[in-house]
Amino acid sequence: MGRFGAHISRSVGGFRLSAVLLSVVLSASPGQAQPQQTLADQCPPSFGLDSNNQCRLRNLYQLYDSLQDRGLGGLKTALPKHRDGFSPQQIDLGRLLFFDPVLSADKNLSCANCHNPALGFSDGMARSVGARGQVNQRSAPTLWNSAFLQVFFWDARAHSLEEQAIGPLFSDVEMANSPEQLLADLKQVDAYPALFKQAFPNAEDALIIDNIATALSAFQSSLISLNSPYDRYAHGDAKALSRNELEGLNVFRSFVARCSQCHTPPLFTNQQVAVIGTPEPAGLPRDIGAAETFDAERLRGGFKVPTLRNIARTAPYMHSGRFATLREAAEFYTKGRGHAVPEGEELLLHWHISDPNLTDTELDRLVDFMGALSDESFMPKVPSQVPSGLLNSRTSISQVAVSGEQ
Amino acid sequence: MKSKFKVVFAIIIFAGGWIIGSNNNVAPVITSSMGGASYSGGFQADVAISAVPQRTTGGTVIVVEPGDSIQAAVELAQPGDTIQVMPGTYSETVYIDKDDIHLLGVIQEGARATMDGLGKLNDAILYSGNNIVIENFRITQYKGNGIMGQAGNNFEIRNNVIVDTGIYGIFPQLGTNGLVEHNVVSGIEDAAIYIGMSDNIHVAYNEVFDSVAGIEIENSRHAVVEHNNAHNNTGGILAFVTPGLPIKTTEDVIIRNNFVLNNNTPNFGAPGSIVSGIPAGTGILVMAADDVIIEGNIISGNKTAGIIVNDHSFATTLTMDEESDPNSDRTMILDNVMLNNGYDTIPEVKAVALTELHTGLVDIVHVGSSNGSCIINRHRYRTIGIGSYAECDFTNTDSTESYLLAGGAEPRVIHPEERGEIAYLGVCTGCHSYTGRLIGPSVEVIQAMYAGNPQGLADYINAPIKKRNDFPEMPAQNYLDSETQLAVAKYMLQVGN
Repeated sequence: MGRFGAHISRSVGGFRLSAVLLSVVLSASPGQAQPQQTLADQCPPSFGLDSNNQCRLRNLYQLYDSLQDRGLGGLKTALPKHRDGFSPQQIDLGRLLFFDPVLSADKNLSCANCHNPALGFSDGMARSVGARGQVNQRSAPTLWNSAFLQVFFWDARAHSLEEQAIGPLFSDVEMANSPEQLLADLKQVDAYPALFKQAFPNAEDALIIDNIATALSAFQSSLISLNSPYDRYAHGDAKALSRNELEGLNVFRSFVARCSQCHTPPLFTNQQVAVIGTPEPAGLPRDIGAAETFDAERLRGGFKVPTLRNIARTAPYMHSGRFATLREAAEFYTKGRGHAVPEGEELLLHWHISDPNLTDTELDRLVDFMGALSDESFMPKVPSQVPSGLLNSRTSISQVAVSGEQ
Repeated sequence: MKSKFKVVFAIIIFAGGWIIGSNNNVAPVITSSMGGASYSGGFQADVAISAVPQRTTGGTVIVVEPGDSIQAAVELAQPGDTIQVMPGTYSETVYIDKDDIHLLGVIQEGARATMDGLGKLNDAILYSGNNIVIENFRITQYKGNGIMGQAGNNFEIRNNVIVDTGIYGIFPQLGTNGLVEHNVVSGIEDAAIYIGMSDNIHVAYNEVFDSVAGIEIENSRHAVVEHNNAHNNTGGILAFVTPGLPIKTTEDVIIRNNFVLNNNTPNFGAPGSIVSGIPAGTGILVMAADDVIIEGNIISGNKTAGIIVNDHSFATTLTMDEESDPNSDRTMILDNVMLNNGYDTIPEVKAVALTELHTGLVDIVHVGSSNGSCIINRHRYRTIGIGSYAECDFTNTDSTESYLLAGGAEPRVIHPEERGEIAYLGVCTGCHSYTGRLIGPSVEVIQAMYAGNPQGLADYINAPIKKRNDFPEMPAQNYLDSETQLAVAKYMLQVGN
């Protein structure tokens, strides 16, 4: 079993119990699931259950402060404020929904198709492909640590996990569903009404769009990656990074490369919009990005600075996946300010896009360092079968599901 | 008594007819700044003379000789230790990722410990720890920064000579409570001293010259900039907000008793950099910063203007940031000595001057809207655009010695039990579930083994040994300090499912 398989076979506490129950039930009756499923009553790893049945995030960065409580700084700096407080049942329901193709119009695409846990919760594609084969404008961002984000989507157009979760469900070019169709389909699956009732016990009508968004948000908020080699170094283990990775850290935070000015620890994004002028795929027009969100020409070609945590897992890179490797992505920044901006295109490039003249060795060390930001130790369990009994159409998820079975 | 009353009355009538909307030759309001009320609107600091708390015990002193590596000494040092670097040349990047290290150059008969980047190395000194002191170095020929801090609180950067070094000479960022004093910084492509996204800062007694910007207070709060000599830069002293940064404000800055002289060096900032838009000949620039007090400076020979106050619309190269307030509100200009400024100003200032039929020298120019700004003794200066400025109701900042935090910024206090929970949930649960096997044995099994022996478990966490052939070896958790190791051991031994 490869490295990923080893991760995926982990499961924790109630998560594991429920997953075992689920697989037993499902394997007993393939196709439609039985309604008597029990959702997890314990929180996923890194969360503690409080007396209100809410999961509260705990991580070592809570030992530290940050300037203006913004969660930006250096090594021992607190993280940005985060979303938590979902119940174990909501998180577990969100997990089942996340992997269930019943969410898409043609029942062929789950969230996990574009946010595949085996691929850093991205999809390995330059631009994602929708339920009906539509090639999207942008690549699928990772979902790791999205609990800490204040803005969502490459163009920063959403401001909550819930708003983000709803977007792809009803987008013509993504899952292409409609609220009416989605609710009708979920009610057709024997298990879901009862599962929603468990996750939202006080609701008159638990199976509603808002609760779908809540459950998906709850699951996304549980995807925590904060135990990488870098993190051990940050907390005080001087030996946690190799010599090459340390050299890479020093290039990363140097004011020559300036990576950390926007990919600021500890989240490795400052959550701002930046215009950096990466090339578009051949033949495609300029993606104006955040200029549309903010109705501001100065932000033409601007995109939200992405986190670099687990970045080694999410090739290809940039908003339209133009760079196949981290090495190429890093090299972009040293090929000259505006070198990839075509003639006649006016972009107000970010002031930190400069001419650092990094050496080949420095680029290699940057790649080494970014590799030290990988941690998938809290990988959630992929359901071996989802409540609808539908299979994910694309083989990668199926493989994940198979390798996830115990 | 009676006649004096009449005179005052007459002035008021006269003024009432003339002051509104014009710059005419009115008998001015004379305010004495000898005595009188003192500004009390800013951050209320206890008086402090240092930023780093006094040590109660002397640590080890590690001496570095030429030929040795400074970084090797940093790696050897424990918090509380002092590193003394003897005169000589050192070509390396030093990074301090631990707390409470004093890194001191030794000066012998004028010879300094010199860090030479040879035009190849990126930065001279990087630190991220708290309670860091860096003194007495000579730093030259680095491509990036001379001294750069990332998030360290309580720092003192003192008595360093930084020459011809890259982007910033001294650049503390994202830290609270820092003192930058008695440094001589020159030949810097951006700012000689750049305070970025920081709080409670004191910049004093520095000489900054031949750089694009002398001293820059950017997206920072509670800063005092005093007794500096900023000369022959493109711009002398700047307080501003850069939009697009994650921390959005500059507030509560006192710029006082500085020399701001002849800052007419042609702008040699990198294309696209924020400072590349500063016009040569700028004495003091306030842009989108709030509650900035300018007092007691000698501002002389700056050809564009002595003081420029503006908003973001003035700077066309800046990005759009809807969270960033573009206006400079509550600029407060007290007594300053201003000589021969604006003698060769830029077209933008001339255009604004034209609207007020102003010709000739320019001491103070305000462009854009402003709320709550004030000035005293406005009649002394050649001004443009300050018609909306009120009279200040204070004349000095004498009651504010500094905005530093006495005793230093305290680290977050975490109760041991909470510390244990944080480490248990944040780290241990990745490999240990309460019942059943994950990567490691179950918590139940561990609880049975170490019942009543939290120290034994803490020792194991610190230095695990392989106990079970069918389990992978546990990685040492020795990056947690001993207090946290014991806290997590206690927590783990009592936790329920």
